Amino acid sequence: MTAPDTAASAAAALMELSGISKRFTRRLDAAAKIAQLLGARLREETVHAVDDVSLAIAEGEVVGLVGESGCGKSTLGRVVAGIHQASAGTVTYRGRDVAALEGRERMATALAIQMIFQDPMSSLNPRLRVAEIIGEAVRVHRLVPRPDLDDYVADLMRRVGLDPDYRKRYPHQFSGGQRQRIGIARALAVRPEFLVCDEAVAALDVSIQAQVLNLFMELRQDFNLTYLFISHDLGVVEHLSDRVLIMYLGRIVEEAPTEALFGDPNHPYTQALLAEVPRLEPGRRIFKPITGEIPSPINPPPGCHFHPRCPHAMERCRVERPALRPTGPGRFSACHLNDEARG
Amino acid sequence: MADPLLVVRDLRTHFFTRTGVVKAVDGASFSVNRGEVLGIVGESGSGKSIAGFSIMGLVDPPGRVVDGAMTFDGIDLRALPDEEMRGLRGRRIAMVFQDPMMTLNPVLRIDTQMIEALTAHIRIGKADARARCRDALGMVGIPAPEERLSAYPHQFSGGMRQRVAIAIALLHEPDLIIADEPTTALDVTIQAQILYEVQNLVHTRDMAMLWITHDLSVVAGLADRIAVMYAGRVVETGPTEEIVERPLHPYTQGLIGSVPSRSKRGSKLRQIPGMAPSPLNLPEGCAFRPRCAYATERCGQSPADRELLPGRWGRCHHPLHLAAAGRPELAKP
Repeated sequence: MTAPDTAASAAAALMELSGISKRFTRRLDAAAKIAQLLGARLREETVHAVDDVSLAIAEGEVVGLVGESGCGKSTLGRVVAGIHQASAGTVTYRGRDVAALEGRERMATALAIQMIFQDPMSSLNPRLRVAEIIGEAVRVHRLVPRPDLDDYVADLMRRVGLDPDYRKRYPHQFSGGQRQRIGIARALAVRPEFLVCDEAVAALDVSIQAQVLNLFMELRQDFNLTYLFISHDLGVVEHLSDRVLIMYLGRIVEEAPTEALFGDPNHPYTQALLAEVPRLEPGRRIFKPITGEIPSPINPPPGCHFHPRCPHAMERCRVERPALRPTGPGRFSACHLNDEARG
Repeated sequence: MADPLLVVRDLRTHFFTRTGVVKAVDGASFSVNRGEVLGIVGESGSGKSIAGFSIMGLVDPPGRVVDGAMTFDGIDLRALPDEEMRGLRGRRIAMVFQDPMMTLNPVLRIDTQMIEALTAHIRIGKADARARCRDALGMVGIPAPEERLSAYPHQFSGGMRQRVAIAIALLHEPDLIIADEPTTALDVTIQAQILYEVQNLVHTRDMAMLWITHDLSVVAGLADRIAVMYAGRVVETGPTEEIVERPLHPYTQGLIGSVPSRSKRGSKLRQIPGMAPSPLNLPEGCAFRPRCAYATERCGQSPADRELLPGRWGRCHHPLHLAAAGRPELAKP
């Protein structure tokens, strides 16, 4: 499949992925290899966590990435953030292939892209004080002169809504929402341009979640940030994003500006997702859920991954993988139905 | 209308820890009728789960139900001897937990566990018991229930495990099911499937259900009535639609404002400032006072639970929206 020329790539894209795949293989250990020699049917298992994904993100844009658990959205986020190496495909940042960068440039790019994680407790070192957590990367990379470091950290803490008096405390002395703010301050400390937020508000209570979402929106303006916002929560993504990507079993099945996607979803999976999101709109609804569950990514169904659950599945869907094709201005969908409709 | 199946009045469950008395539930009142879903909504630490455990008689030391009344179908649950409570639990009142592995034993097959749950309360032949278990699995939408009976819990996906847990809760056709965040760990499409099954079950079997959750939008489509909990107290109860459209308590209003929705896209969310107080150290009077935009000196005194509008109870000195409803005398602080 060739990379679809997305709308954003026409304008200079900040971040561009083309043909990205990420596979995880469980190698056989010594015992399993012996068992295999003796005739046991053991094979190496490969999970296609991300399967040939291409996308472009423009500067200043907030892109939401939505999918259910196991769809590969976090893996894709980690590839974007440079934590995982892609098994295939290239990541370009400001027009340069990230994998080919060296030395100073490589470092600058790594700092420019920061990630915020779901669980602030497991992503903050419990034995470091807050000031050390936030200031560590700044100190190591010598971004701020030593004597100014304290003030710099205090400024950051104020900026994310933490009292700088707490700088000598440890992560366990903070509530969940405050810990997430520490994680945000740590990411901001190295003056990034691009933030990958992986379920950054999923673990928070609703009222705290609203506070953190508001903070993200303020920071976007103040620091001119670009976001890849990964979430399973459609409400959160709709609230924050300019453009939304829907992922299913390692592939992007639909891409559209937020208004368009929520107003008129094209892909049957997107339609099902939208229909099933509980909404705060009064009036009882009888749920008519799509049936079945997400198939295992070790052994995904052939053709369109969604066909076993799709109410409109045809013979063609079982054999041929639908390409992500334009369906309207800035809109792309991977569904054979669109071809049928066009005749 | 018949008496409610379950009436909880001014329930107080406290935990006596070394650091002090944790007032997990400190004045919760609500009731559920047959064929009705009551959504109990609250954030973490609001006491919603402990309220559920208290009804089930599952509060362990250092926790204790210290005050209040719980009446289930005319039975005083607090006065009930342990032996009789055990007869009630699982048979007439069942509970579904957030993590189905809390209910399921990982080393036993599903049929072993389900049949055990049946024979704990009734005498039944093996073949009959198996048939009943199979039917229960079918009822919650598990495909090929006959084969799945002989599977182990780890062979099920998360959503399927939760269905098994619900099937076990349904085995004795209980009058009341207490569901504690049963879909929180599940994906949206799976959650929708389970909500669908549950709605059907409650209405076709005339069961009562307590659906405990932190997610207001889940109960907005499911529950007939909602009770909102904050810092151990039920601060507001009423029919779902009315609460979502016209919340009376400022905390409920804040919760609704915090949920991203279509109409608020791109705008700033109306957040509640600050965070919930520690249950070890609740503020005097109304616990929401430090975060409330409408708080006055009067809020230093604990507001009583009173009927603010017909069918709508709340604990607030300055309830919202009352002027619009033609009750100006209550709206003025």
